[in-house]
Amino acid sequence: KERTSIPRVVMPQLPADFRVKSNHEVNQGLSQGQAVLEASRCLDCPDPQCIQGCPVSINIPSFIKNIERGEILTAAKILKHTSALPAVCGRVCPQEKQCESRCIYNKMKKQPVAIGYLERFAADFERENIKANNIELRPSATEKNGMDIAVVGSGPAGLSFAGDMIKKGYNVTVYEALHEIGGVLKYGIPEFRLPNIVVEAEIDGLRAEGVNFVKDCIIGKTISYEQLHELGYDGIFVASGAGLPRFMGIPGENYIGIMSANEYLTRINLMGAGRPGEDTPVLKGNRVAVIGGGNTAMDSVRTALRQGSQKAMIVYRRSLEEMPARVEEVHHAQEEGVEFMTLCNPIEYIADEKGRVKAMRVQRMELGEPDASGRRSPVPVEGAVEEIEVDLVIVSVGVSPNPLIPNAIPQLEVSRRGTIVVNEDSMQSSIYDIYAGGDIVRGGATVILAMGDGRRAAAAMDAELRKQR
Amino acid sequence: MYKIVEKEHFSENVVKLIVEAPMIAQSRRPGHFVIVRTGEGGERIPLTISAADTVKGTITLVVQAIGESTRKICALEIGDCFTDIVGPLGQATHIENVGTVVCCGGGVGVAPLLPIIKAMKEAGNRVVSILAARTSDLIILEKEVSEYSDEVIIMTDDGSKGQKGLVTAGVESVINREKVDLVVAIGPAVMMKFVSLTTKKYDIPTMVSLNTIMVDGTGMCGACRVTVDGKTKFVCIDGPEFDAHKVDFDEMIMRLRAYN
Ligand SMILES: Cc1cc2nc3c(=O)[nH]c(=O)nc-3n(C[C@H](O)[C@H](O)[C@H](O)COP(=O)(O)OP(=O)(O)OC[C@H]3O[C@@H](n4cnc5c(N)ncnc54)[C@H](O)[C@@H]3O)c2cc1C
Ligand SMILES: Cc1cc2nc3c(=O)[nH]c(=O)nc-3n(C[C@H](O)[C@H](O)[C@H](O)COP(=O)(O)OP(=O)(O)OC[C@H]3O[C@@H](n4cnc5c(N)ncnc54)[C@H](O)[C@@H]3O)c2cc1C
Ligand code: SF4
Ligand code: SF4
Ligand code: FES
Ligand SMILES: [Mg+2]
Repeated sequence: KERTSIPRVVMPQLPADFRVKSNHEVNQGLSQGQAVLEASRCLDCPDPQCIQGCPVSINIPSFIKNIERGEILTAAKILKHTSALPAVCGRVCPQEKQCESRCIYNKMKKQPVAIGYLERFAADFERENIKANNIELRPSATEKNGMDIAVVGSGPAGLSFAGDMIKKGYNVTVYEALHEIGGVLKYGIPEFRLPNIVVEAEIDGLRAEGVNFVKDCIIGKTISYEQLHELGYDGIFVASGAGLPRFMGIPGENYIGIMSANEYLTRINLMGAGRPGEDTPVLKGNRVAVIGGGNTAMDSVRTALRQGSQKAMIVYRRSLEEMPARVEEVHHAQEEGVEFMTLCNPIEYIADEKGRVKAMRVQRMELGEPDASGRRSPVPVEGAVEEIEVDLVIVSVGVSPNPLIPNAIPQLEVSRRGTIVVNEDSMQSSIYDIYAGGDIVRGGATVILAMGDGRRAAAAMDAELRKQR
Repeated sequence: MYKIVEKEHFSENVVKLIVEAPMIAQSRRPGHFVIVRTGEGGERIPLTISAADTVKGTITLVVQAIGESTRKICALEIGDCFTDIVGPLGQATHIENVGTVVCCGGGVGVAPLLPIIKAMKEAGNRVVSILAARTSDLIILEKEVSEYSDEVIIMTDDGSKGQKGLVTAGVESVINREKVDLVVAIGPAVMMKFVSLTTKKYDIPTMVSLNTIMVDGTGMCGACRVTVDGKTKFVCIDGPEFDAHKVDFDEMIMRLRAYN
């Protein structure tokens, strides 16, 4: 009774007017007092439904009860049993659709236990503890089995796979096409939502375990599949992500000032565009329209505000309810003054004489029957077209699977959408020594799903390779 | 890593760098490019691989200083290192014996053209190379080009070397005198546009290598997009070479000015 009458913790956050002028993380993290109190709300249910809602089945009550007892490092250890990147998932998981959506509190018409905040708290505590006490990270005392594994791509799928395989005694090398390790965690999700030090700490942990990272190396280009065999790899895990940005194919979309969210975020997050000492330029706009309603769109529109734009708009063809972005990001965007133009779809761009975009024509929409995705599909309202002044447009209408690996290995079975086809249990592809996971298999999903794929692939590949030893 | 082992000035603003990059040297084919970065704050800059030595494990880059980043690259000296080099990127040139190939290089475009000239010759083609530049000092790689060409024509705007006139005049003179089966043009976007317009008149298949603005070079950002045959293509993964007669050069030229 007492437990259930405690209100859900409120995440301390930077004030909106301050944070839009900086790149600091918006959510400041719970204090230990807040975390312990929030942890005490958890009822340690006999049949915890929250676990069912977590794609990797983290033992949620167990880690939370350790926080309540003040055993934070134990809590962190429990998280690490299942999740390779708890500090990341605690920040970016769509908890309201996953673990927290199943919490018993929802049945009581109360707000669910803040599982994500607590997960983040435990993981951050452990990281800060390592730093504060100068704890030297050392490889786990696994005996090496002499087998070599190559990982293609250093996003969450690749990192979690690498972490598991190194602990199982394999020699693991992760190849990354870009000049930084981390995949979307580095080039996509901005600092104000996921600070680089959080990602770096995870990568340092893997390095300390002995994982070898090779950047600037594209499998299928720099090194071919055949060459991986010559190099002696016994297994290959492809985690090359969903790189290819989609455009809408409407008139004027190639004008200057119209770019993909990937380009915009990469210029700013990976290349540091606009910061002193960085050579990469980025276009700045006063009136910025971001097309789309996912996490990438929210990240782009909030980045535009931080780049100094006066007006930043989300242009989305359905309504607020159907928006796929995390609810918290939508709230944060609203607090920061982002305008939401819902039920609007761009149909044409207009440019000045130099080819720079100056306006867009948008078609008003209304919701019709539910479509294949179960969401009500938007249909144009006849004649309801208006023109809006814009000087920067970020297109964030989805991505396709990265074609580099399928192009380089023609024998590999891919779906019509371009995703690599795998056995769902083992993540093994049509080629015996290639396993795959994350967005290259799912075609654009979440960090936790990518990570879960990495773990499952590691377990299955290990079982297979044991037979060969 | 990525150490510069040789440097040569072709002209005031054009340098040749030979760089250690053994893995890339081994896997590259004519037409491929790399993306380089100089310094921790460096921009990702695409440059064509103009030659490679698999024994020494080196690649050759020819760079024209036109802005901040290419100036930094040209200022690198022997012993200095690139911070990053990734590649080989793009689709390799389709090499085939088609008969007579006219290869046109404008300015620094001669560097990326050289491996194609060589491969076309080795495939059994008759190769006529046309090197064009504003003035004689800017004609580069003449000796190397001659080695693999049946004939070399030099065109300068001011007539200071070879014939006076634009590259298109050179192309037209060859077309008027013999049967040409393929034209390859690499150089500034405007030059490629006009070569393309010229060969279109004669209905001669023409290939160009586009040098759009890029970021990642792996198909992730779309900065490099161009319209080819009415469809949006990504130069870094679908190109850099395209059928010239289908490229929307005006749009490409416009997009090159995005950061001016
Ligand atoms: C802006 C943005 C915001 C997002 N926000 C959220 C969020 O809040 N919550 C959430 O759960 N998910 C979010 N996502 C989705 C999530 O980031 C992805 O689902 C996840 O990163 C997929 O992981 P991955 O390991 O499959 O691939 P990626 O993270 O895409 O990593 C793939 C890596 O492989 C490299 N690579 C590709 N091909 C090769 C090759 N041939 N050789 C070597 N390297 C190669 C790429 O350069 C890249 O670094 C967001 C995505 C974006 C873009
Ligand atoms: C596939 C590919 C291969 C290339 N190969 C070579 C090569 O072998 N040698 C070489 O010297 N250059 C090459 N380039 C061009 C080179 O990448 C650009 O010159 C360079 O990116 C310009 O950067 P900057 O910062 O020095 O100049 P910026 O300051 O960015 O640009 C200066 C001026 O050049 C124009 N410009 C910008 N980008 C380009 C571009 N990509 N092409 C032409 N003009 C541009 C701008 O409009 C501006 O007026 C290649 C480009 C591509 C895409
Ligand atoms: S990993 Fe994600 S879904 Fe699972 S418990 Fe943590 S926040 Fe919830
Ligand atoms: S459902 Fe809610 S209260 Fe029950 S164990 Fe899970 S988090 Fe705790
Ligand atoms: S350079 Fe980014 S997609 Fe081509
Ligand atoms: Mg530049």
